[in-house]
Amino acid sequence: MSTTTTAPSAGTATQAAPSTGMRFTGWAANYIDERTSASTAVKTLGRKIFPDHWSFMLGEVALYSFIVILISGTFLTFFFDPSMTEVEYSGSYVPLQGIPMSVAYHTALDISFEIRGGLLMRQVHHWAALLFVASVALHMLRVFFTGAFRKPRELNWVIGFLLFVMAMALGFTGYSLPDDMLSGNGLRIIDGMIKGIPVVGAWISYLFFGDEFPGTQIIQRLYILHIMLLPAITIALIGVHMLLLIVNKHTQFAAPGRTNDNVVGAPVMPTFAAKAGGFFFIVFGFIVLIASLFTINPIWNYGPYDPSPVSAGTQPDWYIGWADGALRLMPPNLDWVIFGYTLPMGVLIPTVVMLVFLALIAVYPFLEAWVTGDKREHHIAERPRNAPVRTGIGAAAVVFYCGLWAAASSDLIATHFRVTLEGVIHTLQFITVVGPFIAYWITKRVCLALQRKDREMALHGFETGRIVRLPGGEYIEVHEQLDDYERWKLVAHDEYQPLMIRPDDNGRITVRQRVRAGLSRWFFEDRVAPVTQREIEAQKH
Amino acid sequence: MADIHDDRDEAVAPSTEVATVDDHSAAAPATAVVRADRIPNPGFPPHRPRVTDLDPKKEKQAERTISALFLLSIVGSVLAVVAYFAFPIDQANPGSVRLNNLFLGLGITLALLGVGIGAVHWSKALMHSHEEVEMRHPTRGSDESRTKAVEIFSQANKESGFTRRSLVRNTLIGAVAVTPIPAVVMFRDLAGDDDPVALLKQTMWDEGVRLCRDPSGTPIRAADVTIGSAFHVIPEGLAELEYHRIEEKAKAAVLLMRLPVDELNEDPAKADWSYDGIVAYSKICTHVGCPVALYEQQTHHLLCPCHQSQFDVANHCEVIFGPAARPLPQLPITVDDEGFLVARSDFRDPVGPTFWEINR
Ligand code: HEM
Ligand code: FES
Repeated sequence: MSTTTTAPSAGTATQAAPSTGMRFTGWAANYIDERTSASTAVKTLGRKIFPDHWSFMLGEVALYSFIVILISGTFLTFFFDPSMTEVEYSGSYVPLQGIPMSVAYHTALDISFEIRGGLLMRQVHHWAALLFVASVALHMLRVFFTGAFRKPRELNWVIGFLLFVMAMALGFTGYSLPDDMLSGNGLRIIDGMIKGIPVVGAWISYLFFGDEFPGTQIIQRLYILHIMLLPAITIALIGVHMLLLIVNKHTQFAAPGRTNDNVVGAPVMPTFAAKAGGFFFIVFGFIVLIASLFTINPIWNYGPYDPSPVSAGTQPDWYIGWADGALRLMPPNLDWVIFGYTLPMGVLIPTVVMLVFLALIAVYPFLEAWVTGDKREHHIAERPRNAPVRTGIGAAAVVFYCGLWAAASSDLIATHFRVTLEGVIHTLQFITVVGPFIAYWITKRVCLALQRKDREMALHGFETGRIVRLPGGEYIEVHEQLDDYERWKLVAHDEYQPLMIRPDDNGRITVRQRVRAGLSRWFFEDRVAPVTQREIEAQKH
Repeated sequence: MADIHDDRDEAVAPSTEVATVDDHSAAAPATAVVRADRIPNPGFPPHRPRVTDLDPKKEKQAERTISALFLLSIVGSVLAVVAYFAFPIDQANPGSVRLNNLFLGLGITLALLGVGIGAVHWSKALMHSHEEVEMRHPTRGSDESRTKAVEIFSQANKESGFTRRSLVRNTLIGAVAVTPIPAVVMFRDLAGDDDPVALLKQTMWDEGVRLCRDPSGTPIRAADVTIGSAFHVIPEGLAELEYHRIEEKAKAAVLLMRLPVDELNEDPAKADWSYDGIVAYSKICTHVGCPVALYEQQTHHLLCPCHQSQFDVANHCEVIFGPAARPLPQLPITVDDEGFLVARSDFRDPVGPTFWEINR
C-alpha cells in the first residue's frame, strides 16, 4: 500500500487544478513514502488524540526547555574550552585582569564579555536548565497526585524518575564547568562526601579527580559527562518516555463522555501539533526574555576557584539545595570509629537518607499496586482528594523535601529574620522529621472533607446565595441542583475496599499476607463513598 | 501469568457509558466496589460553537491577528540582527555587554513569541474545535500475538538447546558476566600511582616552614598579629609553586588568630603548640572541606559558611555546632630567630573531611 503512486489528496481547496506547490508536495510525499513507508506512521500517529488539561503542560515545558538547553548548550560548546591549564586573565573584564585562572574559567568569561550574544546564550542555557529541572519535578508531582503512574504506566514512571535524576546530574555537572569559586566549592563538597564512603572513599576521590583535589582533570571529565554521556542518556530516555506515552495513550480527567476506554481531545494533526509547536516557541521565547532581563550565575563576580577564600550566603542552584540542606541538618560529632576505621556518619546518614528517598519515589507505583491489589488498567486521572492516603503520602514527601531544601538557606533565613542559626536548624530538623507525619494527617483529613463536600454538592447542589422566606416564616438559602454534566466530575470515581486476608493454597495465612492486608486497610479504611443513582433519586422526591 | 490477566468487559462500552469495573470477586484481589446503581456517565455535553464559528467577521479578524503575530515575529528576527550589530561590545565600556544582551534578547524574544502565540491562537480560534474520541484497547498484545511470541521463544529454545544444554548456557552466562571486568580495571589509570591515603595525611607544613600571608606569600612576624586579628595563611614557598599549587593549598591553608592568653583553654600536652596566644588551625573544614573562613572575634568561634559548623578556637577548635565531627587540626607553631612565625612540624592530625583510613 505504500507503493501507490497517487499523492495524498490535498484537502478540499482546489481539487481541480492542483497548483505547482501542491504538485511538488505530492511528488515529495510520494518520493519519501516509496522509500520509507512514512504514510503508515502518519496514518497511525497523525490523528492520535491528546486530551487537554493545564497540568498536562508541565511535561511539555520540560521537553521544550530541554530542547532549548540543547540549542543553547551547543552554541556554548563552540566557544568553551574545558581545560584546567592555568593562564593569566587578559580579557576585557577589568577587575580580573592579571589574575591566574583556568582556561575553562577564562573562556566562560570570554563567552560573557567578548562574544556578542554569548552572555545571552549562557543565561538562556542556565535559565532553561533551572526551568527544566523545575518542570520535571512539577510534572512528576502531577503524575503522582493524579495516580497517573498506575497500571499500565508504572514503567514510564520509572523512566520519568530516571529523567529527574539525569536532570539533576546534568545541572550539577554543568554548574561545575566554568570553574569559578562557587562551582569549585560545590566540587569540594562532593569530594568531601565521596571521601566519606566506607572502605573506598579516598580512592574513588583520587580516581575521580585524577589527583589530589582538585587536580587538573575534573573539568574535562565533567565536560564529557555534561555534553555527551548524560545528554545522550537523557535523549534516549526521553525517546522511550514518549514512545510509551503513545503506546499507553495519555490519561484524562473524568468528564462527561470520557471513560476509561476512550481518549477525548484534539487530534495531533492539526490542532495539537499547532498548539504544542506554538507552545514550544512560547517557552523558548519566555526563557530568552528572562535571559535578556535577568542575570544568572554572574561568574565574573566570584573569581576563579581557590580553595582558601569563600563568601558567606552563597547558594547552589535550587535543585541541589535539598542535598546541601540534608548535610546541614545533621547533629555534630558523628564520626564512628570501628576497629580503627572511621565512618563519618554525619555525611553518610544524609547520603543514605537521600538515596532511600529517591528509591522510594522510583518504586512507589509497585508498592501501591501491591498494597491495593489493583490490577486493572487506569486511564482516568484521579482527583487527588479521591485517594486521600496517597495524597497524604505525597504531601509528606513534599514537606520532607522542602524541609531539606529550606535548610540549604538556613544562614540566610537566620540573618533575614534575625533569629539564631541554631533555632533555624532545630526548627528545620523538627520539620523534616515530624513535619511529614503532620502533613500526611492534615492532607488526608482535608481530602476526606473535600470528598464529603463533593457528595454534598452532588446530592444537594450548590448554594445560590438567594435567601427565600418560607410560608412558615423560616428563611432558607436556595440550593440549585447540578445538571448531569456538572455532577459527573463529582461522582465519577470508584470506591475501593481493603484487601481481605485469604488463606493460601495450603490453608495458611502468611506474615506477608497479614502485612499486605494491614497496609491495604490503612490505605482504604477511611473513605467516602461516591453518590449513587439511588441516592440521587431519593433526593429528588 | 495470571497477573497480566485483565478481563475488561468484552463489549467495550460505547463512549457515552461508563466502563464497567471488573469484579474479580473472590478470585483475584481487586478492590473496587461495584455498585449496581452507579450513576451513569451522562455522555458528551452538546458542542458549544465559538464566536469565530458563528461570526465570519470575527473569523476574519482572528485570521488577521494571527498573521499580524507572524509578521511581528519577522520584525523581531530583523531587530535581533540589527541589535547584534548596533550594540557591539565595546571593551572600554562594561555597560555595552548589558545592552547587547538586552536588545539582542528582546529581538529574539519577539521573534519566538510571535510564532508561538500566533500558532496557539490559530489552533484555538480557527482550527476545528470539536473534541474527538479514540478508543483505548488493553495494552497487552492480542492473545494471538502472545501465543505466537511464546511459540517463537520455544522454537528458538528448541533450535538452540538453550535450556537443554545447560553447561553451554551456564558457561555463556558466566563468560558474559565476566567481560566487563577489564573495563573496570582500565579505570585504574584515571589517577597516578601514589597512595591517596598517604597523600591525604601530609601537607607542605614542616619544621621551620614560615607562615605566610595568603595570597602575597610574605612571612608574618609574631608582633604583627594583634589580639583579635585573624590571618589567612599559606606555607612559605606555596605561592611560588609551579606545580600542584592549588592541590597543596587545598590541604595547607591555615587561619592564624591571637587570643588573650587567659582566654585560651589549652591542653597542657599541646601548650607549646601556640605562641603567646597566637594559634594556627587548619582552614579546611573537617566536615566536607570548605574553607572555614568566618572568624567571630568576641566569641572566638570559627564558622564554616558551607553548612554552618562552628568551632571554638579557645578550646582547640572543638565542634560546638553543625555537622562537622572532628576539631580543626592545630598547626604547632613557634617563632624563628628573626621573629617570624614558623611551623614546628606538619599537622599532627589529617586535615579536611573524614575518610575511612583517617585514624589508622
Ligand atoms: C547536550 C546538552 C548540553 C550541552 C551541549 C551543554 C553545554 C554546556 C557548556 C559548554 C557549558 C559551559 C559554558 C558556560 O558555563 O557558559 C554548560 C554549562 C552549564 N550547563 Fe549545560 N549543556 C547541556 C545540557 C545541560 C542540561 C540538560 C543542563 C541542566 C539540567 C545543563 C546545565 C548547565 C549549567 C547550569 C551550566 C553552567 C552555566 C553557567 O555558568 O552559566 N546543561 N553547558
Ligand atoms: S564543609 Fe564546613 S560545615 Fe560543611
